Formats: sequence, C-alpha cells, structure tokens
Amino acid sequence: MREMINMIVVLTALTAFSGGLLASIQSGTEVQIENQILKFQKAPAIKELFPEATNDPLAERFTIKKDDIELQIFPGKLSDGSKVVAFETKGTGFGGPVGLMVGIDLETDQIIEVRVTTHSETPGIGSRAKDDLSFVSQFAEKSIDTNFALKGDNGEIDAISGATVTSKAVSLAAIQAKEIYQKLKPEIMKQIK
Amino acid sequence: MAQSLVKEFTKGLWAEIPPFRLVLGLCPVLAVTKSVENGIGMGIATTFVLIFSNFLISLLRNVIPSKVRIASYVVIIATFVTIVELVMQAYTYELFLKLGIFIPLIVVNCIVLGRAEAFANKNGPILSIADGLGMGIGFTASLAALGAVRELLGNGTLTIWGGVPAFEMGANFLPFQFMVEAPGAFVGLGLMLCMMNLIGKK
Repeated sequence: MREMINMIVVLTALTAFSGGLLASIQSGTEVQIENQILKFQKAPAIKELFPEATNDPLAERFTIKKDDIELQIFPGKLSDGSKVVAFETKGTGFGGPVGLMVGIDLETDQIIEVRVTTHSETPGIGSRAKDDLSFVSQFAEKSIDTNFALKGDNGEIDAISGATVTSKAVSLAAIQAKEIYQKLKPEIMKQIK
Repeated sequence: MAQSLVKEFTKGLWAEIPPFRLVLGLCPVLAVTKSVENGIGMGIATTFVLIFSNFLISLLRNVIPSKVRIASYVVIIATFVTIVELVMQAYTYELFLKLGIFIPLIVVNCIVLGRAEAFANKNGPILSIADGLGMGIGFTASLAALGAVRELLGNGTLTIWGGVPAFEMGANFLPFQFMVEAPGAFVGLGLMLCMMNLIGKK
C-alpha cells in the first residue's frame, strides 16, 4: 500500500511540475512563435495567392470579431483593381491541425487559390497536400458556394491517394472558410470600404 | 573525482560514441543528415535534452520508485523535448521546419532513455551531466560528419549554419544524388561504421 501511494505521489508531482513548466514556457514564447509563423508560413502563402498584389496584405492585416469567431484578415488589391482577402482556417489532420490559407475575390465571391500553411503531417504522405500543388489547385477559381467535401462524401474534391485524412482536413478547412466568409462578409466589406 | 569526470565525458566522444559504437538512435541519424546544418541542429537539440534529463533523473534517482521509473523518465524527457521544440519554433523556425517531426521524436530516441537507465540512474548529478554532455557532443559530431559526407557528395556543398553554403565544389562537379536520398544514408553510415571499426581494431 505504502509503495503504491509512493508511486502515485511521485508520478503526480512529476507530471504536475512538468505541466506547469511547459505552460509557462509556452506563454513566454507564444508571441515570438506567432511572428515566426507569420513570417515563414503565412507571408509566403499570401504571396503565392496574390502574386500581383499592389499593396502589402501583411502590413494591412486586421482582426474581425463576431460572436465567438476571431479572424485575422489579410486584404489585398490586385493590379487590375479587384479587391481580395486572404484568411486562414484549420482542419484536423493525421498529426494535428492543418492550416489552410484561402484567398477570395470580394466581388465575384470566387476562391482565387488556397495554400496549406502549418501542418504536422507525415513527410512524403500527408505533406503532399502542401508540396503537390495539383491537390490545392482543385480549389482555385471555384465559387465559394461549391461543395468542398471529398468525392467520397459526395463533394467535388479528389483526395490524395494514401492521404485521405489529410485531404479531409484540407476539405474541412475549406468548408469552414466558406461558412466564415458567408457570415463575416458584411464586416469585411465595412473594414475595407 | 576529477579523473572519473573526464573519463565519463570523453567516453562519449570516441569509445562509446552513440551512433557508431552503441548503434543507438539511428532513426534521426539516417533521416536528418542531408546536410551538416541539419545534423548539427539535431545534435544540439538532443544534447540539450540529454544533459537536462540526465541531471534531473540523477537528482531524483532515490525518490523515483523503481517500478514506475520508465514512466517517470519519459515524462521528464518529454518535458525537455517540448521545451526544445517551443524554443526552436520561436527562434530558429527555418531549421525547425527542416527537422520537422524528428524534434518531437527525440522523446523516443534510445540514446536519451538509454543514458537515463544505464547511467543517470546509478550515478550522481555532476557525473551524469558530464556523461550527457559527452554523449551529446559525440552524437552531434557523428551527425555532422555523416551530414558532411552526404552533403558534399550528394549536393556538392557544405552548409555549416544559416542556410548559406560555406563551401561549394566547382561547377564541374556532378552531384551524386544517391547520397542525399534515404539509401545513401544507410550506405554512408555503413561505410563510416566500417572505417571506425577498422581504426579501432586492436
């Protein structure tokens, strides 16, 4: 009995201590990690979405809050004068959240392009969602009303063979982007003018 | 004391150098050594975890009940690995992207758990730090050496730090692509192991 109590006490103390230590380190590095993700993940993705942007979507970013949604919006102006926005949504993949940066034309409500940003999918399998552009190009130039579910779920998106879970994460992120966009469009238009 | 300290430190550098003599922790050794930079980054991350986990486990060796020691070691090791992961994300994001999944996988690296079980469990904190430091430096040096061979032959460059090649072969050099791919890692490691055994033969 004494031995069992001893084991429970030691393990509880160890895990509690490590939990506390990690929480404090995470809150200490949070801002810095956010900056790094902005610089190395979101910035290149936005650049690929809007190669012809005449403004700096990163510098002009703003945040919209409505109900319980908080969304960071990157507004862009293209060289032909059309106004576009990009924002990031997340779907749950094989190894955690998969971020998807979605670029939308505000006038036609069409998706311009999408890019996978942060992910921890298996290298060479799930990571193809990011590296192999033929998958994400399926979303390009589609109306936001499109059914972005996978073909197996009666949608219009072909999954990557061998990486169904990751494909589903991207598809869910796109569906979420659609919902958020339809809900927040009035607010976005108000902010951009 | 001082003599055994030096002994525990230096054994990790040659006599028991982890990937070659102990042949432990081969998964990151084979996977990340595409360049010297990746090898050094992975080595430093592992060294950090080794030193701190050895130190803490040796401090707690009389407190941790032996029946749950492995569980306790894993908690301690995982904590330090997560710290490394967060710090790398915050300050060396590009390297973090290159090493990717292999940083969290340090938790299951046999060297770290192996040193905890074989050394820190039985020795004092100072000796355990020396052991962890020696093993860590040995591991880093091995990864850097294997990375150098593979990068030089496979890519014609040597990248020590920061993503900029410190040395490049001339334009006439034809890269031996095979060496930076997965099979090249096995061949490179095998040849280096063979040379180590040849030199070490008495």
